[in-house]
Amino acid sequence: MKQIKLNLNGEIRSVLVDPTETLLDVLRDKLGIKSPKCGCDRGDCGACNVLLNGRSVRSCLILAIETDGQEVVTVEGISQKGLSRVQETMINKNAFQCGFCAPGIIISATELLNNNPHPTLEEIKEALSGNLCRCTGYLPILEAVRESLEGGKNE
Amino acid sequence: MKIINDFEYYKPLEIKEALNLLSQYKAKARILAGGTDLIVSLKEERINPEALIDVKGIIPLNLMELEDDKLFIGANKTFTDLLESDLIRDKFPLLWECSSKVASIGIRNRATLTGNICSAVPSLDSAPALLIYNAEVLVAASNTERTISIHDWFTGPKKSALNTDELVLGISLKIPDKHSASYQKLGRYKGEDLAQAGIGIYVDREKDYRFASCAVGPVPARMKKLEAFLHKKEINDKLLAEAAEIIPSEISPITDIRAQAEYRTHMMKVMFRRGMQIALEVLPGGKE
Repeated sequence: MKQIKLNLNGEIRSVLVDPTETLLDVLRDKLGIKSPKCGCDRGDCGACNVLLNGRSVRSCLILAIETDGQEVVTVEGISQKGLSRVQETMINKNAFQCGFCAPGIIISATELLNNNPHPTLEEIKEALSGNLCRCTGYLPILEAVRESLEGGKNE
Repeated sequence: MKIINDFEYYKPLEIKEALNLLSQYKAKARILAGGTDLIVSLKEERINPEALIDVKGIIPLNLMELEDDKLFIGANKTFTDLLESDLIRDKFPLLWECSSKVASIGIRNRATLTGNICSAVPSLDSAPALLIYNAEVLVAASNTERTISIHDWFTGPKKSALNTDELVLGISLKIPDKHSASYQKLGRYKGEDLAQAGIGIYVDREKDYRFASCAVGPVPARMKKLEAFLHKKEINDKLLAEAAEIIPSEISPITDIRAQAEYRTHMMKVMFRRGMQIALEVLPGGKE
């Protein structure tokens, strides 16, 4: 076991980890962060996406020990001061059904909008292409991201 | 899925330190950079290392720098790093395009170019570009350094010329003449799919044509017969149709869960013609 320290959603957290534990497991089981989901557990589905130093990554493919000294943001962090605009438009558009993929998609959309505040539909599709959704057929999700662009800033 | 087998985790800050660990553990150690392949292998118990050596703290491996006419891409450089480099986009358009087709953003943010060739799966997207640009792989062991040509690198499916006590420092590419390029990838859907077949195409104003394939043989490879057939020739539809018929003799695809051999062969011909059209259209000073 090794003590690691990471900046999790703006707060410095210390946690004891075994080198074999993934970031996903440590977030969910030791740090009480339940938004990242375990879908495929091999990096294909995007349900476990989190932001690591501002970039979306698969937390199931990262060892917790690798994140010592790094900055991790999850949906809990994004919503700390209320919902972001894209989260709101996702609710308005009823973008999800079961919601299992939602946290991963919010992470991907947030990364996109941080880097590119006015993406085209193609750019939105590309940004979300690594997130699988088995309920909606994606259309309401894409519409929600598009709607979030109209007026107002994405914060 | 939990990782069942225990291992030691090391994060050296110097190349020397990493090499010492490698010479100590040899085949019992694995290098960890992006981990997008490695962690899956650990979960599925396909490998059982005693030590993981995380090289992300080694600063020289994070470099990407131009020295004279050679670009060095450090082993820690991710596909996202390559996509964000203007130099890659302008001078190595094929590498840029191949990088853009690797899996999805969440993987590209983490997966490295060097890791891609170290995993050496036959479908690796970066291989056609590296083969066409005649890349060189810089590797180090405790007391030696050597350069391995990318043409000697791939020795079989998931096998490379790297020895167990060696560490890849990075990949070096010579700036090529102005050219245009296209990478055609056959997949079931966009984002997160392995190539069922892939072809990289390079065209320049001197009518130098280069082709390389992936996912249609045990190792990715240049397509020399096709290159020789088209060399210095003016391209027209009839010629391309003739050239496409050479392709089956250049590849040896298998039938597996992702595609049939016949389908792969057929699509390689289609993608060759499609890619040539795209590359010729954007060739500066080429076709009007």
